Amino acid sequence: MLSLNLTGIQLTNPLMLAAGIMGTTGGSMKRIALAGAGALVTKSIGLEPKSGHSNPSMVEVDCGYLNAMGLPNPSYKNFQQEIDTAKEGGIPVIASIFGGCALDFSEIAGTIHADAFELNVSCPHAHGYGAEIGTDPALVEDITRAVKKTVNVPVWVKLTPNVTNIKSIALAAQSGGADAVVAINTVRAMAIDIESGYPILGNKFGGLSGRTIKPVAVKCVYDLYEALDIPVIGVGGISDWKDAVEFIMAGAQAVEIGSAIGNNINIFNVISSGMEVFLKQKEWTLKDIYGMAHQV
Amino acid sequence: MKPVNAIITEVVEETPTIRTLFFETSFDPQPGQFVMAWIRGVDEIPMALSYDNAITVQKVGPTTSTLFELCEGDSIGIRGPLGQGFLLKPGHILLIAGGVGAAPLAPLAEKASSEGIKVTTLLGAKTKKELVFRQRFEKAGAVLVATDDGSEGIHGYVTQLIDNNESYSQTYCCGPEIMMKKILDKVSPSKSQFSLHRYIKCGLGICGACCVDGLRVCMDGPVFSGDILKKSEFGIYRRNECGERVRV
Repeated sequence: MLSLNLTGIQLTNPLMLAAGIMGTTGGSMKRIALAGAGALVTKSIGLEPKSGHSNPSMVEVDCGYLNAMGLPNPSYKNFQQEIDTAKEGGIPVIASIFGGCALDFSEIAGTIHADAFELNVSCPHAHGYGAEIGTDPALVEDITRAVKKTVNVPVWVKLTPNVTNIKSIALAAQSGGADAVVAINTVRAMAIDIESGYPILGNKFGGLSGRTIKPVAVKCVYDLYEALDIPVIGVGGISDWKDAVEFIMAGAQAVEIGSAIGNNINIFNVISSGMEVFLKQKEWTLKDIYGMAHQV
Repeated sequence: MKPVNAIITEVVEETPTIRTLFFETSFDPQPGQFVMAWIRGVDEIPMALSYDNAITVQKVGPTTSTLFELCEGDSIGIRGPLGQGFLLKPGHILLIAGGVGAAPLAPLAEKASSEGIKVTTLLGAKTKKELVFRQRFEKAGAVLVATDDGSEGIHGYVTQLIDNNESYSQTYCCGPEIMMKKILDKVSPSKSQFSLHRYIKCGLGICGACCVDGLRVCMDGPVFSGDILKKSEFGIYRRNECGERVRV
């Protein structure tokens, strides 16, 4: 009932694990697969091993979560084994990758074997990477084209909301040959400890996630659905089945779930059964609700 | 939760390398739960609660050294208590502590003894002067000691003190991973609980940095039953701060 074909990949449901969540060890990704996810996106993987920013790297604030992990990763040279273990979960595994230029991205994508690639050009707090690249349409197009030339699996581009016009970046990704865009990464934010005046995050600032950013993400997805010919994958604050339905109605063909896993690691099963009951009750299919907000 | 401002009310020197910091605030933990201790401007690290309102720190790296130098009146940020602590079982329980691994076990010994549960503790350290919380364990029951240099108790490792393990209703263990792995291989896995140490980043069960295979040390742990660990990479691999596999 919830199955779909997403950029050529067959999924049993449209609920995927977001990048940077439980995505470092093969065992943790396999656990999420067995808990009902439709696909897994790995931790973002770069050229060299990276320890990330100093702690605190994630903290819960009044309205969500603030993080500045700083792209910690074991490098692509040490990561195939984790992907292979994750694959034992029986669902597609998408490698999230990052780099400083098109060459970095191609080198990583050319070596790693995965069902698709998600290009991280949107991490809001890593100097020289992520959003520092993803706010430049020409660079995004370049990188996307380079990776498309290197691999013969789908390439998705994950976008930052911290831009004046997200559509121009998404169109650049589309021109570069992207098979889909993923929106959104976290929203730039910070928190200060009033007892001492210290910014709480080790990196001083980071990105906001959780339900609080959902309306921001829904609007981005809604706009991108109108602007693009390629599918949009929605992410940002999905915590229950209603959130997932809302994103799909806004124009997301599938969604990714991140922060909500902290409170319930079985959230994928909970959301998919909730969606099934809702669709049955409404006598709608997944196709019926896809982009529904644009048709009414 | 955001970090709570925890003011230090007392610093107790337990051994030449281990100090206990008492705070104004009580965290009301289950024995075995931990907190994320934020030394502002330096780092935030996981620390076991050794009392309702205290952590016990051993000077091992730059962050613990900074923590070690703090005085009464100083404050740090604390998130917690976090994770799942020890599950107390009736009968006659065995506690096995290696070095500063005694920190989460001492409150367990006290809780057990206050509930009328018989406690035996095997306490190990490098040398006599480094034995931590010996008196707290002795108040709760029998204590057998092992030191690496033979300055107290038997000359050798605490694992050598394990005898007739089947007679205990449950074994609780905290210490260096190699020690715990040896114990896991020696005791009945389904009747044992281990408190793990891993590189913890978020402490919220989200980022996955502390995972032992699919087990989140910060959320599902830090205490795990032996039969769960038996099937995992525990004792074989850990992950460094980059997420690379490192042999234990």
